[in-house]
Formats: sequence, C-alpha cells, structure tokens
Amino acid sequence: MKVKEIAEKLNLTVICGGNGLDNEVNGGYSSDLLSDVMGSAQAGNIWITLQTHKNVMAIASLKDLAAVILVKGFLPDADMEAQSNEENIPVLGTNDETFEVNGKLFNLLNGK
Amino acid sequence: MHFEFNVEGGNFSKAGTASSQLKKILKQLNVDPRIVKRVVVALYEAEVNIVAHAFSGTIYIDIDTEKIEIKLVDEGPGIPDIELAMQQGYSTASPEVREMGFGAGMGLPNMKNNTDRLLVTSEVGKGTTVEMTTYLNS
Ligand SMILES: Nc1ncnc2c1ncn2[C@@H]1O[C@H](COP(=O)(O)OP(=O)(O)O)[C@@H](O)[C@H]1O
Ligand SMILES: [Mg+2]
Repeated sequence: MKVKEIAEKLNLTVICGGNGLDNEVNGGYSSDLLSDVMGSAQAGNIWITLQTHKNVMAIASLKDLAAVILVKGFLPDADMEAQSNEENIPVLGTNDETFEVNGKLFNLLNGK
Repeated sequence: MHFEFNVEGGNFSKAGTASSQLKKILKQLNVDPRIVKRVVVALYEAEVNIVAHAFSGTIYIDIDTEKIEIKLVDEGPGIPDIELAMQQGYSTASPEVREMGFGAGMGLPNMKNNTDRLLVTSEVGKGTTVEMTTYLNS
C-alpha cells in the first residue's frame, strides 16, 4: 500500500516530504529508541514515533523506510522537515497516540 | 579503495553523514543490498558513539574485492570496561542524549550483530578504537 493511501485512510496530515507519497509501505515499526529502529525496522516500513529531530530522517533514509508518523500532535523540527523534503520521505502527523495509530495501521495493512 | 571521514563529538545534526556516504558508495559498487544494510547499521552506531561519547574522531574505510574494513579512531574518555559496555542496555549517555532516543545501550550489540568481526580497544582518558570487518561473500 502506498503512503498516500495510508495518509488518506487514517486521516493523517502530510507535514512534509510530499514527493514521497508514492513510497510503498510493507509494514510498520513503532519505537522511540533510535538504536531499536536501526537494529530492527525493515526497509519499506512506516516508522511511528514521537521523536521530532533530524536524526529521525537520517535513520529513515539509511534504513530505506517509507515514511514517518509523528503521534500526539508532535511536529518535526525545521531541520527534520528540510531533510524529509530532500530525501522524499514523508512525515505524517496525527493527534492519535501510538497505541491507536498502531491498531489502525495494523488493521489497514492486514485488510481488517 | 580508501575513504576517510571526520566526526565531531557532540554534533548530532551531522551524525550519520559518513554512513550515508558509505551507503552510496557501496550501492555504486553493486554490493549485495543485504550486506549494505548490515554495514550501514554498524557504521551508524559507531559514528553516533563518537558523537555521543567522545570529543572527535576519524573513520577510515577500506574496500577491496573480499571485504569492507572500517576503523574508527576517537579522542575521548575511553571505555573502562569494554565487556560491560558491550552488554545490551548498558549506557552512560546523558539525560539529554537519552531524551533524543539515543542511549538505549543497543549500539555496540547492533554493531556486533551486523559485522563479521568487531574489535573494540580503548585507553581510558585517551580514546577508543573500533574495528569492524564485513566479508563480501559471506
Ligand atoms: N567511542 C566511545 N567512547 C567512549 N565511550 C563509549 C564509546 N562507545 C561506547 N562507549 C560506552 O559504551 C556504552 C554503550 O555503548 P552503546 O552500546 O553504543 O550504547 P549507547 O551509545 O546507547 O549508550 C556507552 O554508553 C559508553 O559508556
Ligand atoms: Mg551508542
């Protein structure tokens, strides 16, 4: 499923990185620990987190992640936003908490 | 092929620059994507450790047809007990660094899991050297 479709179906705001909305998503990974994501997220995953600094995009890019979802209304720092646009990795926003986003995304990706 | 990168301690906005460059180089060399993924994880963690725990460092990368050799030499506080530092969850990172999501104590374990050979040597009060080898036909 494309990032665009997930953003539409889960009512997520496209904050930046809009050129990457056609990135293909094969699953999700939820963590706020960067080494955990580095060690365990898979290429093509969408990353759910509340971290809002530039290193998030460095990791998303190194791991070939499809997009990042910021929970609870968090917004990216200016340099995170800039790198999201450069790398074409969308940052999506929601007021939902991680638990809710996880559940909705899981159901969507698994056709429930 | 030989490459060198400098790493500034404390400068998190540049963390990952060398890893990103190496990823590009390895892709251009048509290295197996599975190997590229592993090397990138290991180098990123090693690079971040210089940023988070040391003052400055240099990364030396040598690539031949058989292997990728990476050596990171830093000036910093050094590691008093390397065996302890290698344990998952052990971290001396500051509260500020932890708040950013670094400092989970998973960096050295990630490096171990994503290289064929990892050697950490250190002199307290002077610095740390990390050597990582990845074989291309493994
Ligand atoms: N280059 C380094 N210089 C000094 N200390 C280091 C270095 N690399 C690792 N360490 C020590 O080893 C610990 C564990 O490292 P690591 O597994 O990467 O976890 P983290 O970086 O999350 O703390 C660090 O908290 C630090 O005490
Ligand atoms: Mg570390």
